Amino acid sequence: MALCVELGDEISLEVNTRVRALEFLIQDKGVAGVVETVPSFRSLLVYYDPGQTGYDTLCATLGALAEQSSDAVLPPARRVELPCCYDPELGPDLLAAAERLALAPEELVRLHAGAEYLVYFVGFTPGLPYMAGVPERIRLPRLETPRVKVPAGSVGLGGAQFCIYSVESPGGYWLLGRTPARLYDPQAAEPTLLRPGDRVRMRPIDRVEYDAIAARVEARAWQPAIA
Amino acid sequence: MIRVADPGPQTTVQDLGRVGQLRYGIPPSGPIDVRALVIANRLVGNADGAAGLECTLVGPRFTVEAACAIAVAGAEAPITINGNAAEPWATLALSPGDTVRIAAARAGVRIYVAFSGGLDVPPALGSRATYLRGRLGGLEGRSLKRDDVLRLFPAALPRPRRLAPPEIPPLDVEPEIRVVLGPQADRFTAEGIAAFLGGTYEMLPQSDRMGARLAGPRIAHARGHDIISDGIALGSIQVPGDGQPIVLLVDRQSTGGYTKIATVGSFDIGRIGQVKPGQRVRFRAVEVTEAHRLHRAWELSLAGIAGGRVAAAA
Repeated sequence: MALCVELGDEISLEVNTRVRALEFLIQDKGVAGVVETVPSFRSLLVYYDPGQTGYDTLCATLGALAEQSSDAVLPPARRVELPCCYDPELGPDLLAAAERLALAPEELVRLHAGAEYLVYFVGFTPGLPYMAGVPERIRLPRLETPRVKVPAGSVGLGGAQFCIYSVESPGGYWLLGRTPARLYDPQAAEPTLLRPGDRVRMRPIDRVEYDAIAARVEARAWQPAIA
Repeated sequence: MIRVADPGPQTTVQDLGRVGQLRYGIPPSGPIDVRALVIANRLVGNADGAAGLECTLVGPRFTVEAACAIAVAGAEAPITINGNAAEPWATLALSPGDTVRIAAARAGVRIYVAFSGGLDVPPALGSRATYLRGRLGGLEGRSLKRDDVLRLFPAALPRPRRLAPPEIPPLDVEPEIRVVLGPQADRFTAEGIAAFLGGTYEMLPQSDRMGARLAGPRIAHARGHDIISDGIALGSIQVPGDGQPIVLLVDRQSTGGYTKIATVGSFDIGRIGQVKPGQRVRFRAVEVTEAHRLHRAWELSLAGIAGGRVAAAA
């Protein structure tokens, strides 16, 4: 059984912070009967065991916790730095995006890599982060025709959203580059790299460093910097 | 040891699935028809959560290298041991060298095979269930292929038992699937909801462990079919712009951006998962309290079967 707690009807930092705070409070207080939770932009899906809690009881508990849900209750965020190679070969939309924005490609890279992104939630495919914090100056509507196949690690921009494709999948974001980091590795003890609430920065690297890190990732001898 | 001679079109290792990973985008996986796997496990003396096989439409052919017991449950498919017909929903004792063949299902879709001791594959994130799209769990994260070898945990041979015929669900009838309306039922017109609850929907062949795709009377939206992406529950019924419902199952995407008209009760997930392509279903709306009562009744009925206890519901 599951119920969905909606904390707003918009994509905003404020609403998403409340979603993550509510999830944290549920875990922290060990609310009886809750089996697992799934945060997204503006709501929290709560799976529960009806043998351990009633629908009305749970609604009342979650309603009270939602009142307290704010940035103040959240623990400090993890800071994750991911290398990214902004090379037209790995980011096939880099030049077109720069042209559309009337920016030099180097300036687009500087603005993209200069920002800090907040992971609103992880979902759709395993380990795929939906991130906010895209500078106004580099926002673009999504591609008119989505690609059928986007390689894993592709760094994509769509509107105010930024994502990194965690597995090869279809996708409609502008691809600016690629990270050699694995956001999903089914053979790892912890298959997914990013968590809701993480703060992510991209560190520009050249193709030589990309290839070197990719080889170490392949050998499972590389981890990103997480503070 | 089990040696696979012919895996069938899609046979995977499944236990009751993994919990707590949806927030990282990893679905629970596990059997679509929980009741069938649980009963098969009990018939071979296993705990409810032991890993067995889920087969799709056609079962496998395999040879056992040591004495063990198996039970076959779920979809109705002819079973032979060394060419001799064997019973479904019953303990089947096997001797070294015996070859088991499970043919195409006559009714239903998912066939479950439990082995005494349970399949010994390494757990991934606390479960042996296979998540095919994520290449996680089971046997190397994939479906079985020819010449695969599966190991069993050591176990004593169980006392032979069989399920009483009234406990065996008929799968060749058009089922009524019970749903709770929402969370976005208000995004559909009254006619759209009436079409959904009044019509019959045909199962499409593109259905898989991620979702059951259905075709039938168009379910009209009141104002657009997109929402701000949010979490998708087991049994959520998404209706994209074409007005045709998709029931999301155990390998579902964790979040999605289409309107959801209703949610199938967990007690009817196994039933809709046994509807063959071309077969039809109807939907009936129940209130949340009624859904809880039906869930409890489903648990109690399963608790009394094949000497089992109530399993922790996935």
